[in-house]
Amino acid sequence: MKRNKLTPYLFLAAPLCMYSIWVIYPIFQTFIVSFTKWDGMTKMKFVGLENFQRLITDNYFGLSLLNNIKWMVGFVLLSIPLGLIFAMLMDQKFPGHKIFKSLVYLPMALSFVVIGQIWSWVLEPTGGIVNTFFRSIGLEQLAKPWLSDPKIVTYSLIAAALWRQIPYVMILFLAGLKNVSRELVEAAIVDGAKATQRFWYVILPALRPAMVIAITVNIIDSLRAFDIVFVMTRGGPFYSSSVMANYMYVQAFHNYRMGYGASIAVVQFGITLGFIIMYLLNVLKKEERE
Amino acid sequence: MKKISRAILFYTLSTLIVVIWLIPLMVAFFTAFKTMDEIFMLRNFWSVPKTWTTDNFKTAWVEGKMQRYFLNTFLVTCISVAVTLFLSSLGAFALAWYKFKLRTTILIIFVAGMLIPFQMLLIPVYRFSVVTGLYDSLFGVILFHIAFQIGFCTFFMRNFMVTIPTSLFEAAKIDGAKAFTIYSKIIMPLLKPAVAALSILEFTWIWNDYLWSLILLQSDAKKTVTIGLTALQGQWISSWNVIAAGALLAAIVPVTVFLIFQKYFIEGLTLGSVKG
Repeated sequence: MKRNKLTPYLFLAAPLCMYSIWVIYPIFQTFIVSFTKWDGMTKMKFVGLENFQRLITDNYFGLSLLNNIKWMVGFVLLSIPLGLIFAMLMDQKFPGHKIFKSLVYLPMALSFVVIGQIWSWVLEPTGGIVNTFFRSIGLEQLAKPWLSDPKIVTYSLIAAALWRQIPYVMILFLAGLKNVSRELVEAAIVDGAKATQRFWYVILPALRPAMVIAITVNIIDSLRAFDIVFVMTRGGPFYSSSVMANYMYVQAFHNYRMGYGASIAVVQFGITLGFIIMYLLNVLKKEERE
Repeated sequence: MKKISRAILFYTLSTLIVVIWLIPLMVAFFTAFKTMDEIFMLRNFWSVPKTWTTDNFKTAWVEGKMQRYFLNTFLVTCISVAVTLFLSSLGAFALAWYKFKLRTTILIIFVAGMLIPFQMLLIPVYRFSVVTGLYDSLFGVILFHIAFQIGFCTFFMRNFMVTIPTSLFEAAKIDGAKAFTIYSKIIMPLLKPAVAALSILEFTWIWNDYLWSLILLQSDAKKTVTIGLTALQGQWISSWNVIAAGALLAAIVPVTVFLIFQKYFIEGLTLGSVKG
């Protein structure tokens, strides 16, 4: 019997061991590094909360945080409704609906490096398709330098990221729609409820679980956005499109301020934590039901 | 009549969405087949090439060393996916079938790990690889991918395993079958759908990884396609056609895998409900 008790741990030994070395232990280490001044080579110097105090007065960090909030709002306000509309539209089983879906999903198979490159051509000021389009319909004033104007660059990056995010949200809703009982929907039709009412009172409440997951995942993703920013603008011009993840990377690996970089990561982690816990509670609730 | 108008609405809107969705890809596609003269003369990215050329792909593949980066990425991706799936299935087996003290805690730790911002890991993982001599080796990148993806894969497979009827497991136990035999002979064969879904997801994720190759690799000979593509952008700054060809080359493998195994990819995303 004693052997039996050990068995699960034997199975878990290898995966848990690797996971501890590369994921769990580093999390704790980052906390420790955040209280130090360290260039990554010489000895670490303990400085207490100095890094965090400096963060408060660091304008570039403030800017990065603000941009993360823009990402969050943009992701939630755009990918949720659009993902839902795409899902509801393409959930109708007309011939060819699978092909339409595949084509919309396509960006999910692409690396952010490829997406970034493609979108920098889409948004290119002189020959890019967006500006060419605006000029051709006589809206010259809407043709903007999308990636070099500090005021709009972050929105351009969010647009590029949404190209991949919306299909993902659409998949979450398509899965949710499978759980909407056909009877409920049909009952609403028999009752004579109009289509919009049916949507608000029958379909939307049934999609609640999918909605919660979609919103949480969108927020978590928006708070850790990195690749698109790094590939397309490196956070520029003059940090105007910087996000926390990007600023952390620049501080730690370009300026060799590992301690300061770690403190940015810790703040980023702290902000995300609430949403991670929300997600975990969802998982736990599911556990209890089983 | 109602059905017809619904069909019209469906096809019109769907076509509109798909066209808008594919414009960026068309831009890359056309650019990749254009000659340098055309790029400089017209400076537009959306028009159909006047003369089609495949030279850009040759340039990116040979001079741009995409050939080499391809091989590196292929190696990293295949090994990482295979080992991750094996180790995760072991962990998932323990978490699905045995009741023990730390079960829920371990499960939560695995789920939480895939949600944290990657920036929490960057500095220690980089340091660790420098200290252990794993820095700038494909082996180091592979080890990291395996370790990091174990969280998601264990969670995913465990969720799949708990749907297998307990009676199967109990019957085998009464027969006196050893735990590992139960795992390999009874449970694993039933796990094929989960393994298929995970392989496709993990393949695309690891193939498309950028950040970890950026952090853990340095020399040109070790680069993966995503890093190679950014190197290409630096080297062929104004040769947009060559860069576009490189981008298409970097995309061709995950896109093909995705299109062929789309069913599993979608199932994986739906069941996993979280993205790496």
